[in-house]
Amino acid sequence: MKEVRVGVFICHCGTNIGGFLDVPGLVKYALNLPYVVFVQDNKYTCSESGLTEIKNAIAEERLNRVVVASCTPRTHEPLFKSTCKDAGLNPYLFQFVNIRDQCSWVHMQERERATEKAKALIGMGVARAALLEPLEETAVEVNPCALVLGGGITGMTCALSLANRGFDVKLVEKEDQMGGTLNRLYKLYPTGEEASKLVRAKIKEIEKNPKIEVFTTSEVEEVEGFVGNYDVTIRRGEKKRILSVGVIIVATGAETLKPVGMYGYDGENVITQLELEQMLKKGRISAESVVMIQCVGSRDEKRVYCSKVCCPTALKNAILIKEANQDAQVFVLYRDMVAQGTTYEDYYAEARETGITFVKYSPERQPVVQNRSVRVYDELLGEEIILPFDLVVLSPPMVARRDSANLAQKLKVPVDEYGFFLEAHVKLRPVDFATDGIYVCGCAHWPTNVSESVFQAYGAASRASIPMSVGHVKTEPSISVVDEDECSGCGLCEMTCPFNAIRVEETEKGRKAKVIAASCKGCGACGAGCPQQAITMRHFTDEQLLAQVIPLAEAI
Amino acid sequence: MAGKSEAVLVIGGGIAGIQAALDLGDMGIKVHLVEKKPAIGGRMAQLDKTFPTNDCSICILAPKLADCFRHPNIALHTLSEVKEVTGQIGDFLVRLRRNARFVDEEKCVNCGDCAAKCPVKVPDEFDMGLRRREAIYPYYLQGVPSVMAIDREHCLYLTRDVCRICERFCTREAIDFEQKDTDVMVNVGAIIIATGFDLYDPSGILQYGYKRYRNVITSLEYERLICASGPTGGHLVRPSDNKPAEKIAFVQCVGSRDFKNNRYCSSVCCMHATKEAMLAYEHDPRVKSYIFYMDLRAAGKGFQEYIARGERDYNISYIRGRAAKITEDHDENPIVWYEEAESSKTNKIAVELAVLATSLMPRSDAVDLSEILGVELDEYNFFKTDPLSPLDTTRPGIFACGCCREPTDIPESVAQASGAAARAAEAVSR
Repeated sequence: MKEVRVGVFICHCGTNIGGFLDVPGLVKYALNLPYVVFVQDNKYTCSESGLTEIKNAIAEERLNRVVVASCTPRTHEPLFKSTCKDAGLNPYLFQFVNIRDQCSWVHMQERERATEKAKALIGMGVARAALLEPLEETAVEVNPCALVLGGGITGMTCALSLANRGFDVKLVEKEDQMGGTLNRLYKLYPTGEEASKLVRAKIKEIEKNPKIEVFTTSEVEEVEGFVGNYDVTIRRGEKKRILSVGVIIVATGAETLKPVGMYGYDGENVITQLELEQMLKKGRISAESVVMIQCVGSRDEKRVYCSKVCCPTALKNAILIKEANQDAQVFVLYRDMVAQGTTYEDYYAEARETGITFVKYSPERQPVVQNRSVRVYDELLGEEIILPFDLVVLSPPMVARRDSANLAQKLKVPVDEYGFFLEAHVKLRPVDFATDGIYVCGCAHWPTNVSESVFQAYGAASRASIPMSVGHVKTEPSISVVDEDECSGCGLCEMTCPFNAIRVEETEKGRKAKVIAASCKGCGACGAGCPQQAITMRHFTDEQLLAQVIPLAEAI
Repeated sequence: MAGKSEAVLVIGGGIAGIQAALDLGDMGIKVHLVEKKPAIGGRMAQLDKTFPTNDCSICILAPKLADCFRHPNIALHTLSEVKEVTGQIGDFLVRLRRNARFVDEEKCVNCGDCAAKCPVKVPDEFDMGLRRREAIYPYYLQGVPSVMAIDREHCLYLTRDVCRICERFCTREAIDFEQKDTDVMVNVGAIIIATGFDLYDPSGILQYGYKRYRNVITSLEYERLICASGPTGGHLVRPSDNKPAEKIAFVQCVGSRDFKNNRYCSSVCCMHATKEAMLAYEHDPRVKSYIFYMDLRAAGKGFQEYIARGERDYNISYIRGRAAKITEDHDENPIVWYEEAESSKTNKIAVELAVLATSLMPRSDAVDLSEILGVELDEYNFFKTDPLSPLDTTRPGIFACGCCREPTDIPESVAQASGAAARAAEAVSR
């Protein structure tokens, strides 16, 4: 075997690590580890100069293993791996050691012991690095066809953007017509445009676009495959059909909570904003005294979140009532007026100028609806007021669709505690899922207004177009492999795999497990469960893991 | 005209411009990414951490900076500005001014030997003037490209024809005073504006005492103060005496929701004030914070939970009411005067540091850029878009994303940036 030459790079991360650990001590320690021929500390290993140092050392010191001890592989492993690759070193010969998140950040007050822990982690990293083997990525082709789930404004916008780029699009809508929530709205804030007009225009555009095929009254039954090659079974009544697509965009929207049992909701004198929209649309509004109550079923213990769109919606509808009947009295009972950005603050001011009264209440003293009047403690006035009403309009929040968890399970993507779809990273990957080839936009992800739904729809279209534009995706080689001689074909792995990535098939040697490389995430569940020990995790072999245990045991 | 082009020009190298460029580059579309400053990274690089996960800002941004730098489809133009645009959608001809760096990007390794010898000391812009830097300097530590730049306004040689000491100490002969500003022509099919925002200067609100009282600072100054790579190495000390601040007031809506200044809401300040108060507590659990607000606007995913956590676990008190004025006691402790919402009584709290959440504003050069590009601005000078086509400016083929069109937080800027990339890709594939 070729001589193993390990290089270790220890990052100060500014003061994130350097301020809390004895980095010179770590350097000295690493120099004495087996196979280590080069050690260097950097202010920021991830800076261009730090990366250049790694490349230079690979060349000059003939390194064939690289260990970086720094922040976290979550954000930085890809960067260091590609740096190794740029320098001609197989990226699977790189080992990450996390001494920021796991040492300096969590043991800030214990410099010595944290430094000892960092030494142990570096020792473990070097021991594993010595046994790493080069691996090659493979590529799978991507079917240049997108599946958009949901035919509301979000889904339609996304479909049109992709079709305009030349990709085929299959649009699946549960209802018998497209339009989604917009079909239930009257006018849109802040422009006052009629929702139905916008929907009609979009539907027309979709219908005349030859690249888009629409499936109404259809739902997803089953999803198989992986990025680039999904087979999605959709069902329309009894009829099933399989759509072969490369990427999937979730634009299934949200529902509005029905506030049953709250504030005397009866759908007649106490209604929701959505029901009010219908009345306004039909011009059937005669109420002289209207009281709107915000945060009905949101920002409470059960649903802590703010649904974002309800304040501007109340402003819009209150203004519309005033426009229809100048003498109508409109009160908006709110907790915090969420009128963000450059547009809605003016909208709020306009509502006040129109003569709409805003009353701030606190969750400790909720308004009470009784005998045709609302009793509420006005926080700013510091006293209780009684407001007689003809109509109470409640603003309940958007909630996740009842079937969102079910769809999430079929797609094998996560939802948050409220059932909204959970993106890959809250800051920097707002429309991606962690699973490659699946994207999310609009209210399926979180309550959004039309404007936000539209830009997210374009955002998801952009992300989804990337694998289709490239035409292929690379698959990770750090996946499980089956030793067919040892495999007994029991099928336990197939049952265990959460990604449908391993299947037992008939072969010449009998029933044997087979790994679907593009689907396998390398989680190791199959290997751990295999009674024959016939499954090895590439890049996480038993030998590599055991090698790490020894320095760990020594440190303890 | 040079003919139909499939390339895209992205103006602004903050997180929005970076994301738009990366998406387009990954689609296989050539991108010219133009940044006025010596390095890309923008405002996000100046932040310490980000709400609501408290992820370290530069740590999650840095990999994207490096990706941009190494991307085969992205041409990075730092220290550059757009000077002229002709043509139309599908075929714009753009004149870029590349300002001289006076440092050879190929030779410089950012070692800092030059800066160590430079005799000039001026306030550092990236650190909000809280630190002094030399006339040859890295824009910031993790900046990309990772090379020095010479500040022509302050370099002794460039202003008074003396010195050149940096040149003598650069072992790599990277200093190049012969460099000239040059014009570069690029042909693109679409343009994305992602120029970000400026911040309101609160010295205009006299009653808050900014610049008169040393312990009254702005949010972005605070971000630099508490950042490990900032001027104090992450020690949250007050400017007057370098002593740790244990009582901190966060004053919201400074220059926003204000009919004398900006009527609009800056959208991100309720959340960043909460984050900043949390960080202070993480640095020192003795810290008590007060946030003076009008409406708590916390509508994004996990935002209400974040506020609740701040109140429960981080010793933060939310006080409803606009701070009326700030005075100072003899120990230079700011005293915040406010009206108690419920009792309408005037009250005051003495703190050790007061942080002003200043309004996000259009860039001061937005008017110039809008004229060059031939696009309209809104009444505030943000780039004008329509609510129903929120990424399209008033001119076909030119798109806008992020804070140049309206104050937005990072995830919205990123989603918009990807969205603008999709719109631009549509435009060039017509």
